[in-house]
Amino acid sequence: MPKVEKSIISNRDEIVSDLAKIVKSENILSHQDEMRPYETDALAVYKQSPMLVVLPETVKEVSKVLKYCNENKIKVVPRGAGTGLSGGALPLEDCILLAMGKFNKILELDYKNRCVVTQPCVTNLAITQAVQNKGFYYAPDPSSQIACSIGGNVAENSGGVHSLKYGATTNNLLGIQVVLMDGTITRFGGKAMDSEGYDFLGLMTGSEGLLGVVTEVTVKILKTPEVIKAALIGFSSIEDAGNCVAQIIAKGCIPAGMEIMDKALLKATNDFCKAGYPTDAEAMMIVEFDGSEFEVDSHIKTAEKIAKENNSSSIKISKSNEERLKFWSGRKAAFPACGDLAPDYLCMDGSIPRGKLAEVLKEINNLSKKYKLPVANAFHAGDGNLHPLIMFDASDKDQLRRCEEFGADILKYCVKVGGALTGEHGVGIEKRELMCEAFNNTDIQQQLKIKVALDPNSLLNPGKVYPILRKCAEEGRVHVHGGKTKFPDIPRF
Amino acid sequence: MSMEEKQNSLTFQDFSQSVLKPKTREDISLIIKECYRKNIPIEVNCLQSKKDIGRNFQTEKTLNLSNYRGIIEYKPEELYIKVKAGTSIKEIKTELDKHNQQLAFEPNDFGLLFKGNHDEGSIGGVVSCNFSGPRRFKVGSVRDHVLGFQGINGRGETIKSGGTVVKNVTGYDLSKILSGSFGTLTVLTEISVKVLPKSESSKTLVIKNPHLLKALDYLNISLSSSSDPSGGVFYPEYFTNHFTFNDLTHEGPFTAIRIEGPKESIDHRIKNLCKELELNINEALVLESEQSKILWERTRTLEVFSKMKTNLLRIVVPSSETFEVTKQLRPYEPKYFIDWGGSLVWLQLDKINTKILNDIRKIVNKANGYLTVIKIEEDLKASVDIFSIDPVKYKISEKLKKSFDPKRILNPGKMYSGI
Repeated sequence: MPKVEKSIISNRDEIVSDLAKIVKSENILSHQDEMRPYETDALAVYKQSPMLVVLPETVKEVSKVLKYCNENKIKVVPRGAGTGLSGGALPLEDCILLAMGKFNKILELDYKNRCVVTQPCVTNLAITQAVQNKGFYYAPDPSSQIACSIGGNVAENSGGVHSLKYGATTNNLLGIQVVLMDGTITRFGGKAMDSEGYDFLGLMTGSEGLLGVVTEVTVKILKTPEVIKAALIGFSSIEDAGNCVAQIIAKGCIPAGMEIMDKALLKATNDFCKAGYPTDAEAMMIVEFDGSEFEVDSHIKTAEKIAKENNSSSIKISKSNEERLKFWSGRKAAFPACGDLAPDYLCMDGSIPRGKLAEVLKEINNLSKKYKLPVANAFHAGDGNLHPLIMFDASDKDQLRRCEEFGADILKYCVKVGGALTGEHGVGIEKRELMCEAFNNTDIQQQLKIKVALDPNSLLNPGKVYPILRKCAEEGRVHVHGGKTKFPDIPRF
Repeated sequence: MSMEEKQNSLTFQDFSQSVLKPKTREDISLIIKECYRKNIPIEVNCLQSKKDIGRNFQTEKTLNLSNYRGIIEYKPEELYIKVKAGTSIKEIKTELDKHNQQLAFEPNDFGLLFKGNHDEGSIGGVVSCNFSGPRRFKVGSVRDHVLGFQGINGRGETIKSGGTVVKNVTGYDLSKILSGSFGTLTVLTEISVKVLPKSESSKTLVIKNPHLLKALDYLNISLSSSSDPSGGVFYPEYFTNHFTFNDLTHEGPFTAIRIEGPKESIDHRIKNLCKELELNINEALVLESEQSKILWERTRTLEVFSKMKTNLLRIVVPSSETFEVTKQLRPYEPKYFIDWGGSLVWLQLDKINTKILNDIRKIVNKANGYLTVIKIEEDLKASVDIFSIDPVKYKISEKLKKSFDPKRILNPGKMYSGI
């Protein structure tokens, strides 16, 4: 992490009294006990207490705090709901943690323009809940949607199981209000589609809190589909499942969601929640279509036909919404089910070309043998996002080391076959040192120049995303101990 | 000559020429490096179908990418195509057709408007301008389909971002910032674009109706319905002689709503939509697949404005504001049609001057929209703002430009004076 400025920390009392002129004094937390909940995000292996926590209530306060920090060279780490999996909201010892929790109101439901204007700390799910009585919803659905904030979704460009058809946050965002590190308040985009000039909205989305603090978000909402149906399909080989994915898409059927689980995960989840999965299969696919009834039925028929041509061992079509949700229940319990199998597991988040699934899974199984650690795989097949879960015991130092090496090898292999280091969890501090697998020095320098253009003193969330020393450490995963994540009650899939 | 100097010296022989047409990325990089070293501004273009959009600016050199073309990799099953930036949209479409796939964002074709014949230009140009066709409200704009790129920044360095997979959150999303940057930040060399299967079929519901307010109402209900339309336009009275179809017995102003998908689902959705719109049988008719295609092609290519000698503005507003904005524009006697389900107004003006343009811009900005001058009389072009920008964004844009192109050599002044 960046060098700790001792002089800043020694000025702490003065900083508190200065900040008390900007925000209400009860919105400045400085006692260790008060700050404890802010020590970490959902990547709980990393913990650090900030110098102070500040909870602004208005955009003007955010602007004044940032301006003050910029003038006094104080680092700022923004934080939404703190559910991120890559350590993006991890505090620094000499930072002010800017907790946006008080920005928790939906500002406008605009059905005429099919959008919602909201403050950033409203949860992703709350947006859908606010408009569903009129038959609308917000499409990106990260698995932590009951708790993650929409501002955090913007920072991470969060996806979800429906990304292939509906895109990630960046494709569903119309506008944001942002405060830059020098206190400038501005808007990028709005209710009108696209915007003129440079696409700062696109640049800010997924910038992991390094370029600005989001203070208002405008998202588009979609009409709830008439019908949603899912099929549960078993295969006797991963290759058959992979081919089936490619052929369904090639036929022009774009599923709303498409998931594959390997045998290890299939068995673990079925034991965990009795979802009625074909446990004798080598791989299982859940494929979901939405739209009008005719459209969905036609796609389901096509998928069924293609599955049969690819030697499917079993096919079940959901007959009711309850049954469809039951199909998903096992998949959604993938993480806790693995937590039951071993004291610890690491969740990786690589992206791969859909067609490389069999190859990558084979490599993962070889690595599993090499490192002598079991692994289970969940795959968002529609959009190529792979989540291998490596099971181990962290109290055994050698297992921990093997597991970390195993994880890094998987991500490197994802990049090697044409994929990406992270599909949806972000780089944060977790995969920072692996960035040089994906980018060369010139690429990284160009990105850093953009950072410096908007934040010349590198005070906003420093030490995240970009490697400080150009070394490729063997890191990059979500570590879960004893089945306990930071938010054990939030689904992760 | 030292080893390093040798590597940096230009192998591309014709740097002395004013128009450079390199065939390799190495040569593009060397040209930009040379310009950077000698402080030479350079115009970046390709097939020049949209060359006239943007401010006029003077450069000593022109980098024309039309020789840097070709499909690098096309993976239909992975839903992407990776091409060199100078590849024409026509060539890409021909390749995609073989696998029944498409560029779902339907780039606007400005060929008819500027040259009198169809010309969609190159993929590099389409990404740089980010003008998307009628399907915009359903599938997103060009920028939503760019998965990754490789390019040469203003220092002559090769940079990349993104990749070929749809889900990728590694580092800043530079594909977005380059889309719509009109070649002012980086010379695009390779682009990976998301492709999608063509719909099995398409039909268009045409509603006879002369009133804008009613049309906007039809479009709004359609876009908020579960009929999932993929196009929504309104053509007023003065354009109707452009549309004579076999299926169309009606001659007059109309609203059109496109429905795409499997055949049987289309009929069902159109039926439901008619119910929701409370249409009676005399008011509406349905264009079958072929005729439907023609209508949307004509919309995408701005055919009603073809060979137009006068001025064309592109106005985007939240659809709730469209009626009020067009009402306020009436004194200027415009001819317009509405696209994007009510959000995009293509507006033709016979008479324009700086004051009129500023007044119109004020009306549009007040409605939280924006206005881009697409075509304007040559003698006015130098004195009006083609794109609008506020002082705060100008400052940020200036800094961003500097981070990519510190000496302002790439298309300087194409978007804004000083950037």
